[in-house]
Amino acid sequence: MDRFVFLTVDGLAKGAVYAAFALAIVLIWRGARIVNFAQGAMAVATVYAAFSVTQATGSYWLGFAAALAAGLILGAVVERAVMRFVSHTSPLNAVIVALGLVLLLRAVLGVFYGNEFRPVETPFSRTGITVGGVSLLSRYDLFVFGAVLAVVVLLALLFTRTAVGLRMRSAAFAPEVSRLLGVNVAGMLTLGWALAAAVGALAGMLVIPTELGLHPNAMDLVFVSSFTAAVVGGLDSPPGAVIGGLAVGLVLSYVSGYVGSDVTPLAVLALLLAVLLIRPGGLFSGIRTRHV
Amino acid sequence: MTAIQRSTLLRHLAYTAIAAVALLAVTYSLAPFRNYQLATAAAYLCATAGLTVLTGLNGQLSLGHGALMAIGAYTVALSQNRFADAGMTGNGILLASLALGVLAALLAGLVIGLAAARLRGPYLAGVTLAVAVAVPAITTVWAGVFNSDQGLSVYLEPPPAGLGYDFPLEQWQAWLALAGALLTMLLLANLVASRFGRSLRAVRDDEVAARLSGINVARTQVLAFVVSAACAGLGGGLLAVLTQSVSPGAYSLTLSLFLLIAVVVGGLGSLAGAVWGALLLVLLPDLTHSLAQQFTLSPAVAQRLEGNLPLAIFGLTLIVVMIAAPGGIQGLVRRLTRG
Repeated sequence: MDRFVFLTVDGLAKGAVYAAFALAIVLIWRGARIVNFAQGAMAVATVYAAFSVTQATGSYWLGFAAALAAGLILGAVVERAVMRFVSHTSPLNAVIVALGLVLLLRAVLGVFYGNEFRPVETPFSRTGITVGGVSLLSRYDLFVFGAVLAVVVLLALLFTRTAVGLRMRSAAFAPEVSRLLGVNVAGMLTLGWALAAAVGALAGMLVIPTELGLHPNAMDLVFVSSFTAAVVGGLDSPPGAVIGGLAVGLVLSYVSGYVGSDVTPLAVLALLLAVLLIRPGGLFSGIRTRHV
Repeated sequence: MTAIQRSTLLRHLAYTAIAAVALLAVTYSLAPFRNYQLATAAAYLCATAGLTVLTGLNGQLSLGHGALMAIGAYTVALSQNRFADAGMTGNGILLASLALGVLAALLAGLVIGLAAARLRGPYLAGVTLAVAVAVPAITTVWAGVFNSDQGLSVYLEPPPAGLGYDFPLEQWQAWLALAGALLTMLLLANLVASRFGRSLRAVRDDEVAARLSGINVARTQVLAFVVSAACAGLGGGLLAVLTQSVSPGAYSLTLSLFLLIAVVVGGLGSLAGAVWGALLLVLLPDLTHSLAQQFTLSPAVAQRLEGNLPLAIFGLTLIVVMIAAPGGIQGLVRRLTRG
């Protein structure tokens, strides 16, 4: 029972990160109809930026801010300099270009930082607070929950309560009409990418210290898990992404706790296939006509 | 019109025979290391040609072809070692091992293809990405069979005694790999020119129109995946025969991405593009190696640069080609030759 409680808490903490990363995937999908396969590599790049800033200044929080800022800039640059020019004749094109970006980012990081795992410090202790003999949440887990919750609330407020959010939604929903009404559609797209990359940077900052450490490929499995989370939620729905993230986190935590941590990648694959084959639109989808 | 001009099969057979004779002559003039590179390119060609049929002609993206190559390679390794343990050796056995490798990859391709036929665009890419990421996990979970990260060594017979006592191993390997690649190209070229090839392209261009013309879309997509997986399995098996070892590190996600790059940069949708792509995969790392040696760098920096420069160039080329020249190298060649 203790083990079950521990695995549940651990799974929810991992799930919160997957939820944030899935939100980043959903943000771009809603805005541009592109699944950004470079999301993982972009997040790793921002964490490396944080790593350098923290090393230079000795402050974790300056590094944290640097990661978010690097995310905003990297997202905007990737959209303005690369993704904008991809032709939309086939959905394959954007995926292939994103994969090119993955290799490029990996190589650049490899040249500057080397391909070894680097340990990353956390701002809070990772040992659990013991309640009634059961080791529960650590301070770091609380920080993770708080940060992800803040992001979810801020994004929800942005999209439902502000004029910019409304413009972003209209630009994604009906680009031509929005343009006629004076919305800067291209600008909104860039903003969407910047926001998504910043959210991805946050998720990277939160998850990398809990894994093997910083490495150019560190986010590969996180990306696949978060993609699964986004698919579980329907790829189009931010609340779905959050619920999907928590669900995937729990499933993976139970699998790694009761079966073995080596099996996790196989569990992700099985989960992704199961969702796609049984409910391709995600668990929260209504009946939808297929576009031809 | 002569018979050769009229019959696609005869024309392709003639091309293959000419290529075989030319390549045979080439292997005699190359140094062992160059022969080994030629063999590697030939092994890659099996996989890239298969991926061209799947992605270029059928419009299904696979990021899991590295994993399918791993299935072929591991099957060849296990089979070769079992046969050697049982005291059965010889080149017939090697052929049987390769056939088993192709069969194993083909079955895996059937499973993935059945799922893939129901998936589109980014969803399919995500699933195949998950397959590629799962390869190291599989070798760790069943460590007793696959020996986790260390991998397996592959037993390989020396070249047949009939070729002479000091016949170089690399040249023999080049012959094996080239034979596999030529066979693959011959079969695929005929397939592409056939009724099935037209169905592949019809499904890629417009699924609804294809269905209206009486094409079974799902079956065509599954078959494309099976054919493509079998080619990847042969490529992986040949690669295992060349390196005489298999490990998950050699068949990582990066290999899957490299295969995709080779196909895109070579020219999506033409088998000739797959040849350019396979050559590029072998020659570009070689080129960056000699480029890195031009500069005087500290050993650590040089090592980092050498390991990552090909990756950077591949990534950049992929982006530029995709945006500026979607036809790839073969597209440029075609434009130049047609004036």
